[in-house]
Amino acid sequence: MTDARIPGLEPPVLEARGVTKRFAGVTALSGVDLVLRAGESMALMGENGAGKSTLIKVLTGVHQPEEGELLLDGRPATFARPLDAQKAGVSTIYQEVNLVPLMSVAQNIYLGREPRGQVGLIDFRRMYADARALLAEYGIQVDVRRPLRTLALGVQQMVALARAVSINANVVIMDEPTSSLEAREVETLFRVIGLLRERGIAIIYVSHRMDEIYRVCDTVTVLRDGRVVHVGSLSELPRVELVSMMLGRSVEKVERGGVTAFRAANESDAPPVLVATDLSRKHQIDGISLSIRPGEVVGLGGLLGSGRSETLKGLSGVMQLDRGGVTIDGKSVRSGSVPAAIRAGIVMLPEDRKAEGIVPNLSVRDNIVLAALPKLSRGGFTSRRKQDAVVDVFIKRLHIKVSSPDQLVSELSGGNQQKVMIARWLAMTPKVLLLDEPTRGIDVGAKAEVQALIDELAHEGLAIVLVSSEVEEVVEGSARVIVLRDGSIETELRGDQVDESALLAALAGSAS
Amino acid sequence: MTQATVSLRVPSRSAVLGVFQKYGVYIAIVLLLLYNLVFTPNFFAVDNFRTQFVQVVPVLIVALGMALVIGTEGIDLSVGAVMALAAAVIPLYVGYGLVPTLLIAIGVGAVIGLLNGSMVAFIGVQPIVATLAVMVAGRGLALLIANEQLKSVTSPEVLALGRDSVLGIPYSVLIAAVLVGVVAILVNRTTFGKQLIAIGGSRRAAELAGLPVKRILLIVYVLCASLAAVAGVIGTARLGASVPSTLGNLIELSAITAVVVGGTPLSGGQVKVLGTLAGAVLLQFISATLIKHNVPDAYSQIAQAIIILVAVYIQRGKARVK
Repeated sequence: MTDARIPGLEPPVLEARGVTKRFAGVTALSGVDLVLRAGESMALMGENGAGKSTLIKVLTGVHQPEEGELLLDGRPATFARPLDAQKAGVSTIYQEVNLVPLMSVAQNIYLGREPRGQVGLIDFRRMYADARALLAEYGIQVDVRRPLRTLALGVQQMVALARAVSINANVVIMDEPTSSLEAREVETLFRVIGLLRERGIAIIYVSHRMDEIYRVCDTVTVLRDGRVVHVGSLSELPRVELVSMMLGRSVEKVERGGVTAFRAANESDAPPVLVATDLSRKHQIDGISLSIRPGEVVGLGGLLGSGRSETLKGLSGVMQLDRGGVTIDGKSVRSGSVPAAIRAGIVMLPEDRKAEGIVPNLSVRDNIVLAALPKLSRGGFTSRRKQDAVVDVFIKRLHIKVSSPDQLVSELSGGNQQKVMIARWLAMTPKVLLLDEPTRGIDVGAKAEVQALIDELAHEGLAIVLVSSEVEEVVEGSARVIVLRDGSIETELRGDQVDESALLAALAGSAS
Repeated sequence: MTQATVSLRVPSRSAVLGVFQKYGVYIAIVLLLLYNLVFTPNFFAVDNFRTQFVQVVPVLIVALGMALVIGTEGIDLSVGAVMALAAAVIPLYVGYGLVPTLLIAIGVGAVIGLLNGSMVAFIGVQPIVATLAVMVAGRGLALLIANEQLKSVTSPEVLALGRDSVLGIPYSVLIAAVLVGVVAILVNRTTFGKQLIAIGGSRRAAELAGLPVKRILLIVYVLCASLAAVAGVIGTARLGASVPSTLGNLIELSAITAVVVGGTPLSGGQVKVLGTLAGAVLLQFISATLIKHNVPDAYSQIAQAIIILVAVYIQRGKARVK
């Protein structure tokens, strides 16, 4: 896509001016400006919560902005519903194809605007011919009478794209279009994107994959905390700078220390307790090998979608693996089984505490003992005495603020809920503790406490893997950082290398 | 400010709702008994209460199993069909004596429970769909086994289950009382009970905590169907005949009502065993009251519907208060 087109000379097709959107008092977008010109391919970048998806939803009529306006071909436009945006020529291709899987390819393309014969019946012959011709323009040869779902995912997406463009689209928004595509299908998609741009169709491209962004896009708009922090040409922007803008960490002045509650180096030279080899799962992670020693905190770095959480899920048996396996103290652990992983001593604190962690209708006590219940029972009967021995210890040790152990866990603050989750796993006396965003969504005080606790646990000999989207947390908490990119290990930072600028560079994947 | 001063004098709406959520079914029973004390002659006779409790036994036993299933965020519509199946096999094996007959009937129930549980736990069929299929097929199978005939049961041992008493308490009521106790202990005092409730509260969290989710679901459906089979045997003993065409018809609805009225939410994560007992008794008292005042049976059904609505409304309030 080394296109010689100069976007600055084309007229703007879609503009957003001062768009602000709030949800229940929380500002998701704040005064966002965006200019998209004909034939331009713009990367929309930002981490979790930056406002990307909200902006896309505003542009496509799913949400209406509270302030600011949208301009289409220079004229103010209001999209009250998604259909309005579609009619105006703004189409969206989502990562999941949203067509009718049981209908034929041709029917999907012409859904709602089928060519009619003289008596008003659908003219199938013309529809098939039109569909075939349309797809042929993009170099796609398929039997258009086949049900859509029988086609490969990449082809389905191409059909969605063809449908969008044939409904007279001027702007196509692609949200993570390649996340479930094969390499070959990605190439086809990129070729089609090239064709669209030659016709003057503008593209907004959202992806976490840096390589793709730099291949497909010529300009970039970076969002952070609901604001536009950078607009410019992509080819002139080094990857490190792009990443640091997304994360809000400046490359030049990297602060050192004091930001988090981590103190120890969390290093260890004992023989590894956990060894993972070649963990792989299609579209998620590919060939991840790592080992962790007792008493060590290993950071798992990576941008959103790099396979951080998936690696933890592979290690903890939550995700079935296609290849590879895990050993604990040299003994292999049955893969894809959570109970087997827990028996072996691998436990994971899930990222989504509310949906995957706590059981909201149960008490703090019941939540703490949930995993250890069989151990705290006699002949299948629960033992209050045995439970209390564990529950009281952890409530004290982790400073969990409760009126009584019988208080409902859903009444606790996020930080205390997180401590309950950690207590649940410590009650299992694990060997390896996997932490997925342990301090997300909890207040500053609780955050420091959790960080200090991680230190302490490592000091006591627990092997810990730490995933966090906060750069300083990874850098200050970990003895070494394994950096993931696109589901594979990009590099590993050890000792003195573990600092923010090195991590930013590694996250960006540039050869620095 | 005005709201705060008001709430000093009058309990807030959510506090009132809270009391009803906790004790509503018991309050309703007391009110109904008071009504009958005043307006219904002979309601407070020992014989009447014995009759009432004998009549509530099948629904109560079925409701105990239903409460476990509902606790896991499931539902079991096949309980009536299981009662019919249990009834259908009794005449075939009654010659071998009481214990073998009982074991076979309960075994048939357990097999149906395995079928339900496997579909729900391992294949991932929605409980309402899986058990609906078994409900339809199960009664068909029962009719096939019985050759679509009503067969009288004459074994004195079996009949004793439905008709005889010890110290004035009918055997069937004793059995139900023991089962209430066993299920209450199971739910409140065992690892299994706690895990069951955790699954109903958040299946995903339970899985990630390493709980044997599928095994527990399987056992829950087996228990539910086995209890329904027990109810089928007692029902047959009371009738003195195996009537697979009608035994347990619509009992799933009464059982679900008893469970929900007793304070167990359909959204799972809680099992109220004593509440279920109270729910079943309340339903029985309501229909008895209406019958004693010569109100047609159709009204009794409408009353039951209203109670379901009220109970569900109160449960909904609970979710909101949280």
